[in-house]
Amino acid sequence: MTEENSVKLHGFWASPFAMRPVFALKVKGIDFEYIEEDLSNKSESLLKYNPVHKKVPVLVHNGKPISESLIILEYIDEIWTDPPHLLPKDPYLRAKHRFWADFFDPTILKTLLAEGEAQKMVLDELLEKMDVAEEGLKEIFPNGVPPFEEQKPGYLDIVFYSLYGTHEAAELIFGKKFLTVERYPLLVSWVNALKQVPEVNEVTPSIPKFVELLHSIIRQRSVPPKA
Amino acid sequence: MGDEVEVRVHGMWASTYSKRVELALKIKGIPYEYVEEDLMNKSQALLEYNPIHKKVPVLVHNGKPIVESLVILEYIDEVWPDHAPRLLPRDPVDRARVRFWSGFLQNQLLESVLKLVMSSGEEQEKALDELHEKMTIMEQEMGDIIPKDISSIQSKSLGLLDIQVICTLGAYKAHEQVLGVKILDPHKHSLIYAWVNAMMDLPMIKEITPPHDNVVNFIQMIFKINPSA
Repeated sequence: MTEENSVKLHGFWASPFAMRPVFALKVKGIDFEYIEEDLSNKSESLLKYNPVHKKVPVLVHNGKPISESLIILEYIDEIWTDPPHLLPKDPYLRAKHRFWADFFDPTILKTLLAEGEAQKMVLDELLEKMDVAEEGLKEIFPNGVPPFEEQKPGYLDIVFYSLYGTHEAAELIFGKKFLTVERYPLLVSWVNALKQVPEVNEVTPSIPKFVELLHSIIRQRSVPPKA
Repeated sequence: MGDEVEVRVHGMWASTYSKRVELALKIKGIPYEYVEEDLMNKSQALLEYNPIHKKVPVLVHNGKPIVESLVILEYIDEVWPDHAPRLLPRDPVDRARVRFWSGFLQNQLLESVLKLVMSSGEEQEKALDELHEKMTIMEQEMGDIIPKDISSIQSKSLGLLDIQVICTLGAYKAHEQVLGVKILDPHKHSLIYAWVNAMMDLPMIKEITPPHDNVVNFIQMIFKINPSA
């Protein structure tokens, strides 16, 4: 791949944010080089390309870095204009999709990393947010979630999947199922439809490994500072 | 009052988010009707248009509501592409950079401003240092995005990032008065200082800037800070 048309993605296997551009590039059939970052030992390149936040994901297109997962998704849609499109054409629908992507902020991640009483509180907050989404998303899916066959996953699907696609791992951490079909039939149908998408296998982290990582992060955080 | 009015903004005079939307419409020369909301007694319309967050601003275009200030700004740019100026540049790399710094102002910088206002003593000093560090990062990393030639700033060429900067930092003098700290120092952050002050002088910005004392009182009230004797 020459510098003329080089696409590189700096990511981390367990990061839901890094999953987003990887998923989008695969859905759009764009060749790219994936660079796995060790977040405890970040590469020179990553620090050079994202000096402000020093985080993944970073897309490097023809040597130019783009950071922040949602910004990268918009960039991908603007550069590679052949279908499938990540965002709808209509400005009003685009606004709705952007609104919901913003709504699905990482509350679920906060919940995963909290402990004990704190976790219970944040989990209740998460469930209430999901109630709002369950009701509100009817405006996006007035006829229910379509199978993602002809219509490939887009911006909002990718954001949703990045946070809820690994719900089994979250459920192991919480010690109980939370994405139940009784309370969230629409969200459940959405995540299940996305799980059928072929590209999903390539982007979803292994659940046991993900759980192990979450446990180690939680353990590290509860280690008291050395005297 | 039906939906004969094409564009309506539900806002609140002290909300910088609300100002962002008004400014975007003014810059592009789009006429709109403004509805001032009493946030202690929100209108039925507001609650119907934004049932999820129940917040201002809401842009109502041909009867359809759009919420979240940054989402609204992108919408305005997309729906009125022929109304110059474009709020976002055309080139995708430049758009990504503008969105990045816009997000930085909205999230990181604002977070530090809030910490500053809500803390006191040593914690407040730390918060001020943190805010200043972020402003230093901006000056170092924004490069050519920060206008160097202040005389070139005009109302009719303002964009998304100008809007974000003026709405996040425009009230700095009021904050400095309430908190007794120096937020925007021309020696420490000369580029940002010049940028903000050049914009504050523009007629269009003056039009939407609330009176200084009103802002001071509002900040004091909101954060229950006692005015110094």
